[in-house]
Amino acid sequence: MSKARLFAGVLFVSLLAAPVVYKHVLAHRQSQERANQDATALTNYGFRFTECAKASGIRFQHTAPKLDPKLNHIMEQIASMGAAVSVVDFDRDGWADFYVTNSGEHARNALYRNMHDGTFRDVAEEVGLADVNSPETGVSMGAVWGDYDNDGYEDVLIYKWGKPELYHNDRGKHFTRVTDTAGLPPWVNANTAIWFDYDNDGKLDLFLAGYYPEDVNLWHLKTTKMMPESFEYAQNGGRKYLFHNLGNGCFEEVSEKLGIQSRRWALAAVAADFRDTGYPDLFIANDYGVSELYLNHEGKYFLEAGKATGVGYAPKSGMTASVGDILNQGRYGIFVTNISEEGVLVQGNNLWMPQQGASGDGIKFENVANAMGVELGGWSFGAQFGDLNNDGFLDLYQVNGNVSLDPDRSYWYDYSKVAGGNRAIISDAANWPPLKGRSLSGYQQKRVWINDGAGEFKEVAQLVGVTDRFDGRSVALADFSNTGALDAVVANQKGPLLLYKNRVDPRNKWIEFNLIGRSSNRSAIGADVRVFWNNQQQRQEVSGGSGFCAQNQRRLHFGLGRAAAVDKVEIRWPSGRVQTISSPGLNQVHNIEEPQ
Amino acid sequence: MIACADAVTARSGSLRIGPVARFFSGENRYLPPILITLILLAGNLSFGLLDSFSRTALAIATSMAFEIALTLLIYRRFPHLASAYITGISVGILIRSPAFWPYALCSAIAITSKYVVRWRGRHLWNPSNFAISAMLLIAPEYVATLMIQWGNTVWPMLIIWVLGASIVYCVKRFHITATYVACFVILSFARTFFTGHSFLAEVAPITGPMYQLFIFFMITDPKTTVKARWAQCVVVALVAVVEMILRLAENVHAPFYALAIVGPVALVIESAVSKKQIRGTQA
Repeated sequence: MSKARLFAGVLFVSLLAAPVVYKHVLAHRQSQERANQDATALTNYGFRFTECAKASGIRFQHTAPKLDPKLNHIMEQIASMGAAVSVVDFDRDGWADFYVTNSGEHARNALYRNMHDGTFRDVAEEVGLADVNSPETGVSMGAVWGDYDNDGYEDVLIYKWGKPELYHNDRGKHFTRVTDTAGLPPWVNANTAIWFDYDNDGKLDLFLAGYYPEDVNLWHLKTTKMMPESFEYAQNGGRKYLFHNLGNGCFEEVSEKLGIQSRRWALAAVAADFRDTGYPDLFIANDYGVSELYLNHEGKYFLEAGKATGVGYAPKSGMTASVGDILNQGRYGIFVTNISEEGVLVQGNNLWMPQQGASGDGIKFENVANAMGVELGGWSFGAQFGDLNNDGFLDLYQVNGNVSLDPDRSYWYDYSKVAGGNRAIISDAANWPPLKGRSLSGYQQKRVWINDGAGEFKEVAQLVGVTDRFDGRSVALADFSNTGALDAVVANQKGPLLLYKNRVDPRNKWIEFNLIGRSSNRSAIGADVRVFWNNQQQRQEVSGGSGFCAQNQRRLHFGLGRAAAVDKVEIRWPSGRVQTISSPGLNQVHNIEEPQ
Repeated sequence: MIACADAVTARSGSLRIGPVARFFSGENRYLPPILITLILLAGNLSFGLLDSFSRTALAIATSMAFEIALTLLIYRRFPHLASAYITGISVGILIRSPAFWPYALCSAIAITSKYVVRWRGRHLWNPSNFAISAMLLIAPEYVATLMIQWGNTVWPMLIIWVLGASIVYCVKRFHITATYVACFVILSFARTFFTGHSFLAEVAPITGPMYQLFIFFMITDPKTTVKARWAQCVVVALVAVVEMILRLAENVHAPFYALAIVGPVALVIESAVSKKQIRGTQA
């Protein structure tokens, strides 16, 4: 054999061996880290989670609906959403409470009141928010809180596969159903809704997006041809609604008038001022297709700029949308989860970061999920940004797992067989092979990525105590103990609600802001806060819903690392007022009202 | 992958044909690369079918760089790059990964395999088929194959069927594609008796773009198919049968593995038979 051929042979073997060697080295390193996990979690990563739902008095089990028998063969796959959690201080006692949705017909939703001692008590029944699920009106998919009438108490929209319901908060004592006077549509198969004040008129508006078309009643199907027409190019989903708040308890539907017309299969939406215009833009993560970015033009109209900005180019299976200033540059990135299943479908998550030098209407995003190490998250659902270790950089908590049934048998082969088929095949549920108790990306390890602030995230879920393998859907972050540590509450499909209590290295400082609008909407949703310290800044915006069917605490939490002081805080209210606060105290919650 | 261009040997130049006819003739080694590029461009501009141009460009660049380097190293000449270009573009379309390196690695393995895994002077595997199968086995965490439709209308599929059929017709390999499609459809029907699933569910995969590339450009590769026309049909029918067995075992990548199993065996048998015939003739 010639030397040249020998060289080619050695090269060939090396190429084949490279991934195997890489994986071996990686696995060895991870196993070493795991061996020292208890000793090193707090020291190495600055925080550790402990799951304490039961100890905190939380015994909530999600149940799924039983839809039309024509879907029996794939029921677990169709009825695979509805576990959701949203955080709210509904009684204004200064302690974060949370609301959890259930999806079985006649199953009860729960509102957990924070008892200030580390425990929670379900008060949904007594305040009138428990009994909202039935085959006649549909079942809950999520809930989102916002003070639509500016009376100081957060009201709630419960969106369903069914009739969306709006409840008015009567001073934290009771909730009154006001759906009919509000003018909401009779039926929307919705999986996302957010509150935002798109025209900055001081009244919260509502965006609501359908998944299945609104003429589909999943309990009484007229046809089985109700599935997406394509795995990545479907445009036969539910319509979108934008309800303009008229200020008298009524809403006017203005989506078409303002340029929001889409029938993609929306699963998540988030609003933020990506272009520094003072008006919130609207990002929608769609299943079975590309994401959409609606640029807000002074509250007068929206222009869809997904392709132009780069976020709407490659179609995937968008499940969540979360916004964060992950590099402390004063610019928002957008995290969108997708599906990754070893050897079958590796879509990878998207982390859209604004390109340097591109701003305003010329803003462009690039996907840096791979470069920053957050692309592989399994069959990913909800995710939220938050500084989990108070080191001054936003970390990322992501849940996953689709259908966990028989762990030894997978539905993926049959799923992929039909998913790649022509629209005439994929769009008819009758063509989908039966699930027969098999799992579809079940029992997956969750992801907790900590941000090193230099452009890389490190996955530490198993090392910091996040070890559950339920089918996670919705995650929300909140400081339930008012100690400056972000806890995580996780809603699992057909699984228990989990509360991960966070213990953070006390040497890391923090600061929190509870904003109250005056000219702006009272919830201050859309208020933009920049904290400046140690020659850096971090920007956060008060959100009216983010992630997958979730809402974090409305209060903004900033980790500060070992900072000795904060230089200043700059608040841009939705009304346009800019407020500056010099040297606010560390390790405390600041209640700030908008100046008149 | 397709390397149809390789098949087009310099058939007689005695026929006088015009430039247009010459362009669309099987003798034009650039025809398949041009057509597959057009498909790619149209698909990506219309439906964004690629993860990104840069990943596909990386696959093509790696493929061509390895082809040049290995040909210079082993044969001391500069290669014709049509075949390497098609291998690269095929890798760029057929594998899916959020990372860049799998595209480069897959192309590198594909081209290197041509020079290393050889039997009596022939490479045994279609390069991209070998490399994709290898990647799915050694790096399944990072790599999958194209499994989705291009768009949600029937037009992209029809265009690719027409273009693809035209290309394989030009290079006189349409019978291979037709045999495989017929076998797949018949065996899809047969599979319904084993799985209990509908015929439409079983036949669904062949309506996807991955299969369009597979049946037009991978199974027709002249360098890695047997020579006799009837034998080509038999081999491709066997590929469909092995694929059916793998499908009944719920293997997601059945077509790639089936070709990777049957193709080399057929070539080895052909080689052995032909050697025996030569010996017989000499005797």
